[in-house]
Amino acid sequence: MNSGRPNQDVFADTLLALAQADRDILIVTSDSRGSAKLTRFGELLPDQVVEVGIAEQNVIGIAAGLAAAGKKVFAVSPACFITARSLEQIKNDVAYSDRPVKVVGISAGVSYGTLGSTHHSLHDYAALRAIHNIDIVTPADNFETVEAVKASLTHPRPLYLRFGKRALPDLHSPDAHFEIGKALVIREGGDVTIIATGETVLPAVQAAETLEREGIACGVVSMHTLKPFDTDALLRTASHTRALITVEEHSVSGGLGERCASLLMEHGLHLPFKMVGFPDEHSVSGSQSEIFAHYGISSDGLAQTARHLLQPQTSS
Amino acid sequence: MQIDALERKSIVYRRIILELIKHTGAGHTGGSLSCIDILNVLYNHVLHVTPENFQEPDHDRYIQSKGHSVEALYTVLADRGFFPAEALRMVEQYQSQYIGHPTRDVNGIEQNTGALGHGLAVAVGMAIAGKLDGRSYRVFTLLGDGELAEGSNWEAAMAASHYKLDNLIVIIDRNRLQITGSTEVVNALEPLAEKFSAFGMAVAECNGNDIQALVDTFARVPFASGKPSLIIANTTKGKGISFMEDAVQWHHRVPTDAEYAVALAELAPTEGEVERK
Repeated sequence: MNSGRPNQDVFADTLLALAQADRDILIVTSDSRGSAKLTRFGELLPDQVVEVGIAEQNVIGIAAGLAAAGKKVFAVSPACFITARSLEQIKNDVAYSDRPVKVVGISAGVSYGTLGSTHHSLHDYAALRAIHNIDIVTPADNFETVEAVKASLTHPRPLYLRFGKRALPDLHSPDAHFEIGKALVIREGGDVTIIATGETVLPAVQAAETLEREGIACGVVSMHTLKPFDTDALLRTASHTRALITVEEHSVSGGLGERCASLLMEHGLHLPFKMVGFPDEHSVSGSQSEIFAHYGISSDGLAQTARHLLQPQTSS
Repeated sequence: MQIDALERKSIVYRRIILELIKHTGAGHTGGSLSCIDILNVLYNHVLHVTPENFQEPDHDRYIQSKGHSVEALYTVLADRGFFPAEALRMVEQYQSQYIGHPTRDVNGIEQNTGALGHGLAVAVGMAIAGKLDGRSYRVFTLLGDGELAEGSNWEAAMAASHYKLDNLIVIIDRNRLQITGSTEVVNALEPLAEKFSAFGMAVAECNGNDIQALVDTFARVPFASGKPSLIIANTTKGKGISFMEDAVQWHHRVPTDAEYAVALAELAPTEGEVERK
C-alpha cells in the first residue's frame, strides 16, 4: 500500500481543478480555508469564494441562496460545527427547500483527536439520516474521494460529504467503479465480513489481512454511502458470510451499524453480528489512532472481534 | 398602480385573509394584517415578478422570513395569478400543498420558511449570486421584529454589508408585538435603526400600513450605493380591525362568528372612504 494523502486534501485539489473549468462552482467557508486546504483555491479563484467568517449558520443559509440562483455550491466547514451549529439551516434551507448544496464536513469524526468533544462529530450520521432529502457519503480513500467529488457536481439532491485528516492509502483495485449509493466490495470472505465506512475501512482491510494469515476468510465492504443505503449489497453480503461486523467513526446510535441491523431484522437474516463504533460516553482523550484503538476500531481490535464472533456459541 | 387602487386592494386583501382564516380555522391573524400593505405594494408596484417570468433568471426575488404570515402571501399571490383563487379554500387542508408556512410546492414562492431567522441569509446568498453574475434582479425579504432575536439575522446582516449588497432590500414588519407580548418587554430591540446602521445597512423608516409612504420609500431603494437597504416599516399588528389592533391575543386567534361579522363590517365603510377619495 502506498502512503496516500488525507481525503480532505484530495477533495481540495479535485475541487480546484473542477472549479478552474467552471465558474459556477463556489465554496462558502467559515474561516476554514486553511483547515480545508482551500487556501490555494482562494488565491487562484478569489471570485469563487464566499467567506463569511466564523458563522456556520450563515454558511449554510447563504449557500442555499447561492444554489437557488443556480450556483454549484460547496459549503465547507469542520464537520463538528457544520452538522450541529447549522443543522436547522441544513434541514430547512437546504434539504426541505431542495437546494442541491454540497455540505462538506472536514476533519470529521475524531480527526481532531485531543481537541475533545466540541471538535468531534460522532452525531452527524444520526442527525442527517433522520432528515429527508440529503444524501450522505464518506469516502474511504483518495480514489473514492476524487470520484465522490466529481459525482457530487451532477448529484440531483443535497449531499453531505465527510472527510478526515488522516493520510490514507488506496484500498481499491484499479478497475473499481465508484457510484454514489453503491457499496464497493474490497475483499470477499465467507467466514466473516466487515462493513466499514470512511476512515474505518483501512483498519478493516488490515484486520482482514491478519485474519487471512490465520486461515479465516474475511471480506471487507466500503459502505461509502449511508444514504441512499445500498440494501442489496448488505443482503448479498449477509447471505454469503457466517458473521458480520460493522465499523464506523461515529456513535453506535443511529449510524451504519444500526442501519444494517434494522435491515437484517426486517429481511429475516439472523447471523452473528457486532457493531463497532463509539459507545454512549464522552470519548476517551487521545489522538485519532489512540481513540480508534481504545474502541476496537483497529486492525487488532477488529480481528479480535471477528475471532470472538466466530467462536462456537456454548449453549446453556 | 395608483395609490387609491392599491388602498382598495389592501381592503380586499384584508377581507380575503379573514375569510381564509375563518374558513381554515387557523392562521396568524395579527401578523398577516400588519404586513399585508407591504406585500400589496411589493407585488403590485415594486417587484418585477409575474407568473410568466418567475422561472427566469432576472426576476426579482421575495423571501418571506416571517413565514407564519403565509395567509397574507397566499392572498397576494392568488390575486397576482400565481395560482387560482379557489386554491385558498385548500389552505391547511389534509394533503394540500398550501400549508401553514411558505413552501416551493406553491407557485410563486421562492424559498421554504417557517423557522425564524432563516430568510435573510438565503436572501444574502441570492443577492451575492446576482452580483457575481451581473444580473439586474433585486432580492427583497420581509422579517418580523420578533425574529430579530435570532442571532442568525445578525450574521447575515454582517455578510450583507461586507459584500456591499445594494441589490438586497430588507423590510422589518415592526409591529412591536410577539406571541408573549411587547418586543421591548420580551427582549428589547431598540434602538433598532442604530443597530442596523452599525451593521452597515442603509436604514429608512416609514409607516408600513400607509400605501403612499411605502410607495415613496420603495421608490428610493437602494438608499445608498454599495449598501444593503433596510426599511423599518412601522406597522400595527391586527391593522384594519379595531379590536384586533395592537392586541397580543390576536397573534393567531381565529374570530368567532360574531367577531367575524364585526370585522367584515369594519372593512366595508373603509372601502367606501377610499371610493369617495
